[in-house]
Amino acid sequence: MAHAAAAAHHTSLGLDSRKLAFWAFIGSECLLFASLISTYLIYKGRSLVGPYPHDILNIPFTSISTFDLLMSSLMMVLALAAVQRGDLKWAKVWLFLTALLGIFFLAGQVYEFTSFVHEGLTLQRNLFGATFFVLTGTHGAHVTVGVIWLLTLWSRALGGKLGKANALTVEICGLYWHFVDVVWIVIFTVVYLIQ
Amino acid sequence: MRESPAGEHAHPTAGVYLRVAAVLVILTVIEVGVFYVPAFHPVLVPTLLILSALKFSLVVMFYMHLKMDSRFFTFLFGGPLLLAMVMTMGLMFLFGAFVLKR
Amino acid sequence: MSATKGGGLTSWLTTTDHKRIGLLYFWTAFVFFLIGGLEALIIRAQLARPGNTVVSAETFNQLFTMHGTTMIFLALMPLSAAFFNYIVPLQIGARDVAFPRLNAFSYWVFVLGGLFLNASWLLPNHPVPDAGWFGYANLTSREFSPGPNIDFWLLGLQILGVASLAAGFNFIVTILNLRAPGMKMMRLPVFSWMTLVTSFLIITAFPVITVALVLLMFDRFFGTHFYLTSAGGDPVLWQHLFWIFGHPEVYILILPAMGIVSEVLPTFARKPLFGYTVVVYSGVLIGFMGWGVWSHHMFSVGLGPIADSVFSATTMLIAVPTGVKIFNWLATLWGGQIRATSALHFAVGFIALFTIGGLSGVMHASPPADLQQTDTYFVVAHIHYVLFGGTVFGLFAGMYYWWPKMTGRLLGERLGKLHFWLMFVGMNLAFFPMHIIGLLGMPRRIYTYAPELGVAKLNLVSTVGAFLIGASILVFLINVWRTRKRGKVAGNDPWGGATLEWTIPSPPPPHNFDVIPTVASRLPRWSMTQLTAIPEGAELGKPHAPAGSWWPLVAACGLPVLALAPLTHTLWVAFLGAAILITGIYRWAFEPFEV
Repeated sequence: MAHAAAAAHHTSLGLDSRKLAFWAFIGSECLLFASLISTYLIYKGRSLVGPYPHDILNIPFTSISTFDLLMSSLMMVLALAAVQRGDLKWAKVWLFLTALLGIFFLAGQVYEFTSFVHEGLTLQRNLFGATFFVLTGTHGAHVTVGVIWLLTLWSRALGGKLGKANALTVEICGLYWHFVDVVWIVIFTVVYLIQ
Repeated sequence: MRESPAGEHAHPTAGVYLRVAAVLVILTVIEVGVFYVPAFHPVLVPTLLILSALKFSLVVMFYMHLKMDSRFFTFLFGGPLLLAMVMTMGLMFLFGAFVLKR
Repeated sequence: MSATKGGGLTSWLTTTDHKRIGLLYFWTAFVFFLIGGLEALIIRAQLARPGNTVVSAETFNQLFTMHGTTMIFLALMPLSAAFFNYIVPLQIGARDVAFPRLNAFSYWVFVLGGLFLNASWLLPNHPVPDAGWFGYANLTSREFSPGPNIDFWLLGLQILGVASLAAGFNFIVTILNLRAPGMKMMRLPVFSWMTLVTSFLIITAFPVITVALVLLMFDRFFGTHFYLTSAGGDPVLWQHLFWIFGHPEVYILILPAMGIVSEVLPTFARKPLFGYTVVVYSGVLIGFMGWGVWSHHMFSVGLGPIADSVFSATTMLIAVPTGVKIFNWLATLWGGQIRATSALHFAVGFIALFTIGGLSGVMHASPPADLQQTDTYFVVAHIHYVLFGGTVFGLFAGMYYWWPKMTGRLLGERLGKLHFWLMFVGMNLAFFPMHIIGLLGMPRRIYTYAPELGVAKLNLVSTVGAFLIGASILVFLINVWRTRKRGKVAGNDPWGGATLEWTIPSPPPPHNFDVIPTVASRLPRWSMTQLTAIPEGAELGKPHAPAGSWWPLVAACGLPVLALAPLTHTLWVAFLGAAILITGIYRWAFEPFEV
């Protein structure tokens, strides 16, 4: 009988409870973003006044943002691999780079939002402004939380406190980060490319 | 309270991750290409949806490790994801997105 | 940061014990139930006669809005949560839930959210929410609701949503991952199964209303036009988003009570639940199908024949698994050795009353018929037969059933039966006439009516029924009071129950089980041999139970502070709230806490 010492920490599925909870959370977030995306799609083409998407969306710029986020997912997965093999040095490097790419993404969003506002697209201007800013703003808020989480893990690593035993916390941060990336993949396609 | 790696199998190597990253970049390039090349415009929507679905799947299956992990996680994520997609389709239908134009 | 055991205030503020949290939920929710009930009694007093002047029209709008919002979010859901908390870990053979501090956080956020919502009563001119519990646009726009009433509503609900979501994640993981050895999913008690389905409904439905409320918040505070036609927006979007949440919400409200009834009936019929597998699958099916019916709340909006037909069909279909459960419950009683306890009275009452509510529900499923019924008292009758006759009766069945386990004493049976009969008669007097007055043309949500409508007598009957319900609750409270010191001592298993909660003392020790049992059947206590053997290598003696923590409470406090920012139009308050929340979360994350 293998569950002698583990009697108090037995898990029915043999899976970590925190990981289970986090996948359930990600499932729940699908509904959150789907509601925002649905609102965007419902109101597409119904703005009474411009600017309209084709007037203002900058595909080359946003493609770079998309590329940035995809690369940050790569950095994240390399960070996790480093933590899993106990490589503190590379864990620090990859975690920092992931966070940095996240910050670049956010900087790009800030630039994009301010330039849109300069060109006359505000939250209040029309339905495109309202739905666009709330959808991408919610996504940006999620990225911000992710960056804070990554920097927290990075600072733990700097203090030497991110060993193999903490791999799960890094994995869960990774799940969050990749999910945020995946939502962007959908937004990039649905908002920017399919106009 | 760290469980034994019951739910984790052999981790993909860095090589796999890099190859996935390369494919993601290529897919993105194709997406942007489809957007700019007028010849593709009749099939723009389905093409872009398929390409982005591919990217989505690659990130979820490999970077989020879903392919190698317990099926349970797939269920926890896939169920609500399916629900979300059906809800979006339903709402789009109700607001006239699928009405044929005269 | 550990906290002390014992009865002090600190130990209650820092508790992470699911049993204590269950009790906190219970008493808090019961107080809100009384407040919601008081709101109902004032409504009924106002409607007792045509042209009455008990309250003004504005106050009347606030009363029915808060009655609905309070009963649904502050009373019925948390009362169910009280039982999820107390009973589910015991039924599955666990020492606590998967995330005890998250559990505490859910409770504190609930209390603070409920206080936030009701704080509006205390301000000058009482700017209480007044646009219905469903807050339709564009009545809720800044133009038509300029005061802070709707702001209290949308901010309060967002706070409460966080509490529900946290609890949802907790119970999903608890039920899936913390079951005792041998407790396969198809050996899980039905109440725990229904808790699982309800938790999935919560985590998928609440994000949708969160978005609906956020969009409303943007319209009211930041000048967007999500629900306003002046810029091309559509108020019907609110209705869709709200009811996509709202319909699963009513299944969130009824499934736990159905779970309770599925436990009570077998115990007092001395027979296993008839068709356990079918009852479980029906519950799961109801959960899924509940997502496909939402626009039956919108048949009068003009969605078009295709939408109306589709939703009509799906709504009729969902009656099938529901009906299946009813037949299974009846078959459980049939041929059983019935012991007519108070708990059983309420469970049987549930079956009868919920069936009536289901019948009126099926009548609503037909769009042409619904055009006559919608927005009339006919719907109010339906709602109250399923939510009062259903959920409330089910919850009282649970109270009489599990009171001995939670307190160590049995509630008095004579007072219990008096409570039942007063409540049963009162309920039917209050709500049956509403079918009739609804079809005679009395609309919902009107503060008075003309005598010519011909509904005065039945309204009076309804009011009498409502006050009878009030009297029955008093009887219950008297029972509770007398039982504290004079109730019969319960022992482990006063009823001869089949499930694991009856194997341990009443009330259970902090760690629940001295030895986690290994389960070999669906009815472990009715096949006792499986439990007497102590598994090889199991740890004996008093196992460690987790200490408390302040951080869930601290983090929870950040949310109402954050919500105050829009109400007070001050930005620094938002930063303060965020700082409290983030501090609480960080200290929580880095606190050494052994589960």
